[in-house]
Amino acid sequence: MLNDVTFGQYYPTKSFVHNMDPRAKLLFVIAYIVAIFIANNFFGLILVTLALIFFILLARVPFGRVLRSIKMILFLIVFTAILNLLFYAGGENDIVLAQWWIITISWQSIINTIFLAMRLLLLVLGTALLTLTTTPVALTDGIESLLKPLKYIKFPVHELALIMSIALRFIPSLMEETNRIISAQKARGANFEKGGLIKRAKAMIPVLIPLLVSAFRRAEDLGDAMDARCYSGAKGRTKYKKLTFTWRDLLGLLFFAALITGIVLLNTYLLGRFDIIWQVQQWFGI
Amino acid sequence: MEEFTTVSEAAEEGVPAQAEAPVPAVRFENVKYTYDDDEEGTVFAVNGVTLTIRAGEFVAVLGRNGSGKSTLAKLINALLRPTEGKVTVFGLDTADAKKAFEIRKSAGMVFQNPDNQTVASVVEDDVAFGPENIGVPREEIGERITAALEAVGMTEFRHATPSRLSGGQKQRIAIAGVLAIQPKIMILDESTAMLDPKGRREVMDVVKKLNKEQGMTVILITHFMEEALEAERAVVMHRGEVVMDGTPEEIFARADELETYNLTLPRAAYICRRLQEAGMPVGNAFNAEELAEAICASLQKG
Repeated sequence: MLNDVTFGQYYPTKSFVHNMDPRAKLLFVIAYIVAIFIANNFFGLILVTLALIFFILLARVPFGRVLRSIKMILFLIVFTAILNLLFYAGGENDIVLAQWWIITISWQSIINTIFLAMRLLLLVLGTALLTLTTTPVALTDGIESLLKPLKYIKFPVHELALIMSIALRFIPSLMEETNRIISAQKARGANFEKGGLIKRAKAMIPVLIPLLVSAFRRAEDLGDAMDARCYSGAKGRTKYKKLTFTWRDLLGLLFFAALITGIVLLNTYLLGRFDIIWQVQQWFGI
Repeated sequence: MEEFTTVSEAAEEGVPAQAEAPVPAVRFENVKYTYDDDEEGTVFAVNGVTLTIRAGEFVAVLGRNGSGKSTLAKLINALLRPTEGKVTVFGLDTADAKKAFEIRKSAGMVFQNPDNQTVASVVEDDVAFGPENIGVPREEIGERITAALEAVGMTEFRHATPSRLSGGQKQRIAIAGVLAIQPKIMILDESTAMLDPKGRREVMDVVKKLNKEQGMTVILITHFMEEALEAERAVVMHRGEVVMDGTPEEIFARADELETYNLTLPRAAYICRRLQEAGMPVGNAFNAEELAEAICASLQKG
């Protein structure tokens, strides 16, 4: 039941993107998100889309695999799109297409809806590509390394990273344990499938309590094991894995600098002259 | 500064060590360990143990649940500190909190549940954890991982995920994690208890090899009598006390005494004993081969 939930969605293959430094990838994703949000016209978003397609090809991850990540937030996208479509209060030059009670559908609202949906889709697909091409362990290492400057304000960077990586490591163990407890409770006559939401939620209590107890026992064991292996905090500790920036990351940096520059240029020089409403009006002869 | 500490430490240790050189790997001097239990009040988990384990020895510690054998193990690497008495590891007193780090460097410990002692999601990262903690330079950590994984026969799993491995393999990874710290003593606290027979065999083979080839002092806490046969020396614990101490053969020859401590004989020895009781003149045997030979010999005579 729970075993097919693989944590993370890493797609193991060898590619340019897989080999990039996780720190660089994290920074690039931030740059990518910034690019999505500073783009204020469709040409900007199309540019971002092209960049995304380019990176997906470069990562050698099948498009289907990347698109699958939309499933989880499809509802959110549709929901916000519908709200936007129906309740957007148009501006002065707007052309109203249909109106009923407080609901107004106008050109501007249709365009806004498409624009918003596109932004959300690009956002999800881009971050999905990060998790598809980077293992959770590498991501944790990357985050630890990026947060390192915070050490100077006494922020426990190493501890936080260790907590994250231990949490990641225990997910399969706890899942296994959950399955075992569910089986044990089923063997004692528990029923997890029948009844309404509340009844089913209640049925989970006899699973959660033993799980919690065992998690504490595991934590204690792990603490002993870490002590026995000489763990004494970040002080005097060395690190086996070292992250290194390579030519790949330099190319990535140049690419994203170009992307953002491109979008800024599109924003300044195209807006107004190629206003999308004006375009549509031209096409439809309204 | 560093040299100075080492010299002064050596001087401190030198005094008792001169009397009976060489320094024993582990030494218990009338050690007691108590804890407070809600129902039973003060419980003596370890009650007056005096025990010396020489460097390079392979000792099995036997006992029923609650006999204090696991507490004994934790007292060695300073996870627990004695309530009374003194535990020393290569002359270092475990009661001294400042020495805990040094002690744990020389006395590594493998625990019972293989799932609860892995810290990382990749084998090599997990093995690296110990050396990272003691501040080994990065290049050397790589070498240590290679050597440790080779010693436990897990080289090909270097980049694997521990959660996908079998119990025996996980325990071998845990042993590798300890080996990478390069300890002189390896304590196995019921490390085979949760494994299937195949996994137990894997772990025992690795441990025996470490003892034979690298001269590692091995302290094997177990309730499997068969495993004790592979040790040079067996110590029986009962209610926090050491009640028997000798070679496994000596211990298992005293079957009646063992029974009073709720311990059974290894299967072959048990069959052998029943045969003797039934009137068949077989000699003592402790494993299947010896038993087969003993039976053959007695049949030929008869």
